[in-house]
Amino acid sequence: MSDFLAQHSLLFSSVVKAAILILMALTALAYLTWFERKVVAHIQSRWGPYRAGPHGLLQPLADGVKFITKEDPMPLGVDKFVFLLAPFLALSLALTALGLIPFGPQTITLFGRATPLGITDLNLGLLFLFALTSLGVYGVALAGWASNSKYPLLGGLRSSAQMVSYELSLTLSIVGVLLMAGSFSLRDIINAQQGWQLHFLPRWNIFAGPLPQLLGFFCYFTSAIAETNRAPFDLAEAEQELVGGFHTEYSSMKFAMFFMAEYGNMITVSCLATILFFGGWLSPFPGMGGWAWTRFIPAVVFLIAGISLIIDGIRYTTIYGRIVLPILGLVLCGVGALVAMPFASSYAQGPFWFLTKVLIFLFIYVWVRGTLPRLRYDQLMGLGWKVLLPVSLANVVLTSLALLVAHR
Amino acid sequence: MIVTILFFALALIAISGAVSLILQRHPIHSALSLIVVMVAIAGLYLLLGAQFIAAVQIIVYGGAIMVLFVFVIMLLNAGAEERTNFSRMAAYVGLPLAVVLAAGMAWWASTGSQSLPTLSGEVTQTHALAMMLFQEYAFPFELTSILVLIAILGALTLAKRESGQE
Amino acid sequence: MVPISYFIVLSAVLFGLGVIGFLFRRNIITMFMSIELMLNAVNLAFVAFSRAFSQLQGQIFVFFVIVVAAAEAAVGLAIVILIARNRQTLNVERVNLLKL
Repeated sequence: MSDFLAQHSLLFSSVVKAAILILMALTALAYLTWFERKVVAHIQSRWGPYRAGPHGLLQPLADGVKFITKEDPMPLGVDKFVFLLAPFLALSLALTALGLIPFGPQTITLFGRATPLGITDLNLGLLFLFALTSLGVYGVALAGWASNSKYPLLGGLRSSAQMVSYELSLTLSIVGVLLMAGSFSLRDIINAQQGWQLHFLPRWNIFAGPLPQLLGFFCYFTSAIAETNRAPFDLAEAEQELVGGFHTEYSSMKFAMFFMAEYGNMITVSCLATILFFGGWLSPFPGMGGWAWTRFIPAVVFLIAGISLIIDGIRYTTIYGRIVLPILGLVLCGVGALVAMPFASSYAQGPFWFLTKVLIFLFIYVWVRGTLPRLRYDQLMGLGWKVLLPVSLANVVLTSLALLVAHR
Repeated sequence: MIVTILFFALALIAISGAVSLILQRHPIHSALSLIVVMVAIAGLYLLLGAQFIAAVQIIVYGGAIMVLFVFVIMLLNAGAEERTNFSRMAAYVGLPLAVVLAAGMAWWASTGSQSLPTLSGEVTQTHALAMMLFQEYAFPFELTSILVLIAILGALTLAKRESGQE
Repeated sequence: MVPISYFIVLSAVLFGLGVIGFLFRRNIITMFMSIELMLNAVNLAFVAFSRAFSQLQGQIFVFFVIVVAAAEAAVGLAIVILIARNRQTLNVERVNLLKL
């Protein structure tokens, strides 16, 4: 048996890693909805989910139960195959894109084979990520068409036209990064951002090299928000405008799949933004010399989070919360202590910084949703074609010129 | 061995997608079958070691051209095709001839001997393609950019409604 | 391993299916899609030969074929939209005003 495992270790280690990644991704998606509702609520001076479990932490579970047990009607006159295909396509593409992202530099041993942290690393990884994003347009367009109703059709057409238009500036805005790194592989791009310049600034693509990619980053992030149909570019699916856009006629689990696909795309885009512009898993502090104490930052962060959760839990209003929150706090302190120990410390550095940066980008996504007003559709398309496309082209030209001058 | 299994699986997917394309009644189902064929052909390109072309096929063909087809089908509200006079001669003579042709090709294929040469382990295929594209074939490359500009202008001019009409 | 001739036979079969689709269908958009199928089959043959002779020119040609197919699809679909607007039908047998 172990012989069979050892012979096919590539297959089994990939399957195990994919299973772990899907579990983590689905849980992260569920709690991302909780995070968004809490943050938008606090921006709007209210509390958000508060009753389902302490601090509303069981709200995603309640939503899941609701989605599973809700009635699932199929409207009259829909094209059944396409109606069922669209959410399946959207969610599977969103989850597949998460498999191309590297989470850390270390290699772990599974089934006797050293594998990197991350499902795979293609040497054209970035190009295939964009291929998956281009295919994601079909989920929206087919959903709108298959619903056999006016609002979904209009919303689907507008939404897919918007996604196709912003794909151009999305792919052009990262060409600067590609020129500076010289490779499409995501690991190579991160490894090209190692080191420090000016003694304190890390050589991430947004600060570094012949031309800091600030313009590229702003073009990328704006195009990404428009590509994932999020506010302020969500005219095609906003409740006040088009009743619900392309997912009006969907309910229960199929609607949940669209929802999860949208959040999955958000996570993929945030991961790409950290990898391409902010150094991926690289820590902003050098890990040696006078800065060796920065290796304990993950442990300290977990300890502080755990202690604050304990303090908050002891004074919570409900009895249930007074028991559960301190237990969660103790678990976090335990994780912090575990990460501080030498055998786990080196494994925890890379993924900790990566996930911290991804969380910051997700917070910016939700912050932008809660703060900015929505753009009208013609303003949206004008922004994409008349502003972002020329600006990203200019970024490509400027980066090439800077590289030519620097390598003279 | 894996390569053989993958080849036959992808070939089966491509052929069934093509047959579905010509047999489906509604254009949107034909469009979906064509997308399946294109993704299968991209997989075959990966088997042949052409990674960049596989990615470009999915991005350009599957993500842009077929989206254009799906848009036009949705905008024109193309319905299921109507039954027209179908030529009997084509069915009774053409199909057996096609089967004979396919059998001949299969016989020829079984006597073919050249197998796939192993990959030479070139450093980056993208790099080699780019060098060739921008040095030897730079003139056709610039011509295609003018071609795309002409196509954009042509499509805009043709599809624009005149200001007199509603 | 898989001989190159298998890829060529697959390309020929797909091309034949594209021709059948073009000749037997009456909807303009479906005929257009059969043309795209034929172009894809030809691309497959190009890439297979490029691998067989270890030259990259085949892939360069595929690149150009994809660009030309994109331009042709754009203009062709604009013409289809015009036909649908003016003749109110997508059946190619009804667009026969110039027939003798």
